[in-house]
Amino acid sequence: MIRVSVGAAAIDVAAEYAAHDSGGHGASASFVGRVRGAGGLAELFLEHHPLLTERGLVALAEEAAARWNLAALTLIHRVGAMAPGDTIVLVLASSRHRAEALAACEFLIDRLKTDVMLWKRETFADGRVAWVEERGSDRARAERWD
Amino acid sequence: MALEIVYFAWVRERMGMAAETVELPAGVATVGDLVRWLAARDERGARAFAEPQRIRAAMGGAMVGPDAAIGDAGEVALFPPVTGG
Repeated sequence: MIRVSVGAAAIDVAAEYAAHDSGGHGASASFVGRVRGAGGLAELFLEHHPLLTERGLVALAEEAAARWNLAALTLIHRVGAMAPGDTIVLVLASSRHRAEALAACEFLIDRLKTDVMLWKRETFADGRVAWVEERGSDRARAERWD
Repeated sequence: MALEIVYFAWVRERMGMAAETVELPAGVATVGDLVRWLAARDERGARAFAEPQRIRAAMGGAMVGPDAAIGDAGEVALFPPVTGG
């Protein structure tokens, strides 16, 4: 029921959704995060911890499954080098009715941004390289679920 | 006591290494103590840990605060605030 993965391979959203929804759930909510190409971004690199990143995602998935009555949950985060337009993260949550699927999906993406060991590094077309800074608005959204 | 320290993102870059094993001096009992000790140890540490409030830590597979006791953890990870998603 719970599927979690971390890897460098491109995320195939359609294939993941087909695998997730093989049971034909009543209500499915999804969040797809993509690399924004604004500001001359050439590459986004996601650094991760070889063990604790996946463990953090599993812990969040288990917390969501404990808080809401879910029929299926998929949480996939890509790591390594990505280009603008690539999918970084996919959250799929299903339940009998929409309220629980929608809430679980929002919880997972909000908390993933503050609780899981992942770091974004941007490389721009002009050669500039910068680590992405933590955003206060992300922290505020995550804290709504405490 | 020997402690393995692993670094990530700009902390790793400023330290110039992904990991090291150190002998903890007496008086370094918590994660906060460790960060202060590394900042005072050499120039790289001073750059990486100039702003302790921007440093996060994990120990025993979980995120911990600066007051967490290192004890016999064996490994501590030090890194900037996370930015996934």
